[in-house]
Amino acid sequence: MTSVVTTSAPAACWACRAALGGSPLLCAACGKVQPAAGIDYFQVFGSVVGFERRLTIDTAALEREFHRLSRRLHPDRFARATAQEQEWSLAATALLNDAYRTLRELVQRTEYLLKLEGFEIGEEFAGKNKTAKRQPPADLLEEVFELNMQLEEMRMNRKMGESDPALHSELTAVSLRFESELAKLDNNLVEKGAAWDAGAAAGDSAGRATAAKDMAAQLDRRRYLRNLVRDVNEALSTDKES
Amino acid sequence: MPEDRATERVIGIDLGTTNSLVAYMEGDKPVVIPGVDGSNLVPSIVALDVTPADAAASSRTVTVGNSARRALIETPERAVYSVKRLMGRGLEDVQDELKLFPFHLADDIQPGEVLRIRLGEMQFTPSEISAYILRQLKRNAERYFGAAVTKAVITVPAYFNDAQRQATRDAGRMAGLEVLRLVNEPTAAALAYGLDRAKAGLIAVYDFGGGTFDVSILKLNDGIFEVIATNGDTHLGGDDIDNLLLAVALDEIRNEHGVDLRQQPDAIQALRKAVIEAKIALSTEPSAKLDIELPDGDRYQREIPREVFEQLIAPVLARTAGPCKQAMADAGVKPEQIEELVLVGGSTRIPAVRVLVDQVFELSARGKQPHTELNPDEVVALGAAVQASILAGNSTTTDELLLLDVTPLSLGIEALGGVVARIIQRNSTIPASATEHFTTGVDGQTNVAIHVLQGERELAADCRSLARFDLKGIPPMQAGLPRIEVKFLIDANGILQVSAREQRSGIQAQIEVKPTYGLTDEQVETMILDSFDHAETDFEARQLIEARQEAETILIAVNKAPAHSAWQLISETEKIAIHIARLHLEKVRCETDLKAIRDAVTSLDHATRNFAEKMMDAAVSGAMRGKTMQSASDDMAAANPAEIHAPHAFAQAEFE
Repeated sequence: MTSVVTTSAPAACWACRAALGGSPLLCAACGKVQPAAGIDYFQVFGSVVGFERRLTIDTAALEREFHRLSRRLHPDRFARATAQEQEWSLAATALLNDAYRTLRELVQRTEYLLKLEGFEIGEEFAGKNKTAKRQPPADLLEEVFELNMQLEEMRMNRKMGESDPALHSELTAVSLRFESELAKLDNNLVEKGAAWDAGAAAGDSAGRATAAKDMAAQLDRRRYLRNLVRDVNEALSTDKES
Repeated sequence: MPEDRATERVIGIDLGTTNSLVAYMEGDKPVVIPGVDGSNLVPSIVALDVTPADAAASSRTVTVGNSARRALIETPERAVYSVKRLMGRGLEDVQDELKLFPFHLADDIQPGEVLRIRLGEMQFTPSEISAYILRQLKRNAERYFGAAVTKAVITVPAYFNDAQRQATRDAGRMAGLEVLRLVNEPTAAALAYGLDRAKAGLIAVYDFGGGTFDVSILKLNDGIFEVIATNGDTHLGGDDIDNLLLAVALDEIRNEHGVDLRQQPDAIQALRKAVIEAKIALSTEPSAKLDIELPDGDRYQREIPREVFEQLIAPVLARTAGPCKQAMADAGVKPEQIEELVLVGGSTRIPAVRVLVDQVFELSARGKQPHTELNPDEVVALGAAVQASILAGNSTTTDELLLLDVTPLSLGIEALGGVVARIIQRNSTIPASATEHFTTGVDGQTNVAIHVLQGERELAADCRSLARFDLKGIPPMQAGLPRIEVKFLIDANGILQVSAREQRSGIQAQIEVKPTYGLTDEQVETMILDSFDHAETDFEARQLIEARQEAETILIAVNKAPAHSAWQLISETEKIAIHIARLHLEKVRCETDLKAIRDAVTSLDHATRNFAEKMMDAAVSGAMRGKTMQSASDDMAAANPAEIHAPHAFAQAEFE
């Protein structure tokens, strides 16, 4: 179960009691590092992505803010501080780094947003009881079925020390086609992200919900295709070697 | 003691496979601190000196550096070098090393256990051996400053895994150093180069040392050194080249002279020394000569032209190309985007290495030259000094500098079927964290085992086992109901920390960590040096520091004496004698005459002897009320020693 994250970050600096604006990890007034509990990635970069969780991001501005905050939060700056501040600095910098890594990539950013919005995204890892859901999208069922047959044939060939050039080029074509569909999906994701942002600006929560649902579907399809391309390319590369 | 924290010097240490160095920031420039012999390099060789068989363990002495070099040939079973190759490793990791290096491991090491190296009649873990090297560097610095040093930055190969990093940090602790940061060697080198100019753009560091190879791609921007990708091989270096030459020579000697030297450690060491000299000569000369006297009086003579040498070592050098390409691929950059290339490590002096680097990074094709302005043997230590200064926060030169490093290896946990679920990807900026949720599979289950791994392979068996964690104390519930949140955090040293919490009950789950190849805190405590070994090559500075510390301790105690009830039990004459002895010690303590300080400590010790006895009596009679003699003395040993002991608690005066 994924719960919607509700935040309970303190609104005032622990040291000088000034209200925390910009990034909740750092007091703009006195420069003290703040405890990082309950802060999400979008809040870390609130001054860049807005507190309404915008998906269309100026990555150069994101990098500038990352560097600015790193300078102030990094454990190197707290080597002589109290143990408590050292601990906060470590946690805050880890959060900052995790946030930057996630937000700067479109797909990861979108996945993270949808998780915050309560969608089940990706392969949740549950101890040793991991369940990999790899159900193909309905419109791809037939094609995937045939593809698996071809991959199996290629594997058999390899075992016999043979290679079928026709099969090889056929699969190469499949891989290319999927790659281009992936690129299309990424474009769609950008568009849907813009729709999400527009929904926020217009206070259109229904529009936002639709955009989120669309994006979740796109991401599922994308993940599936990604794995498929990986399998095909793997098979192709070993086929070439033999 | 009352040393001002702001002025305390933090040293930077390059703990190398072949050589180690210590440096610090002098004003706005990092400088290497030389040893007593005037050399900047301390060879990473440790030898246990020969002592009479009946000598107590406490009288054994250890020699480090150039002075240990002789032992390598004279008493090879009591000396060790290249111990960095064994740091954080288990028996099954080092089988290849054992064929090539004369490491004498203890016979009873179990798989999964920390290695122990035999030196003569004693055994040491790799961390302890490294601690001796670190302590030597610490002393060199103390001698240079004339003051105690307790804090250090130590460099490690970027591609070191968690266990290797922990082993290095443990070594620091054993040597009496608080390790403020472990810094990756190539990153340190970049810091040393980036100091003087405000540079921007992409740089690559190619670090080919004695035993390890690293490559890092960094982005420089307004004083921020951001590593974007790193790669390498912790078992690839100049040592491998030496071993190749050695193997060829051994074969030739066997074939031509009918002598097999492989079983003669001293002859192998002599031969190794000769091939290393030949290798070094070949960096500047078109050919080199080997000329060695064999045990039977014959001579083995061999001319090695550079072309033959280069052919021989080509496969070793080629192994550095793959990591370079992988690092660029991970960073998403092409060779033509790399603006500057820095060469680090002694092995980059080999012309064939420079040719390879030139090709991989397309340097001369773009009219570029690699950076070699700083001595490749020293540049890492210089960078460590820069990082030390950043942490100490006492230099305006380094105020605006910040290092953002990455974790070289992905972190994962073992999932169903022995596959690895990656939770932190390699090349993630550190500190980095990941939160995962675990649950139970059986009703009422109160423990969950988690296996943490490091590496890039799909199967747990192919990755490096970091640790096994047991989550304990989970409230008994229906299977699948507990929700245990486990937080994995890689700190700025690249070392993993783990914490866990059961979310439904809010109970902080206990974690029991079994490091796969690590020492527990308790084990490290028992290995802290100085418990034995009074060996010293740079006696004087060290002894002066110790004498001053001793003086400080006794003065503090004596100053408190009038407040003690026993003070009333001694005569006025004694009080005056104590007063005079105290004033004298306070005066000579600030001077540099070691003997004067010691004599003054002894005088004060004598003057307070009667008082100390009175104080002991008071403590004993107080403690004895209603107790047996035995329990009273036990209490005395366990209770706060400052209250019951003499002012200069059992401190022995030293006599020549």
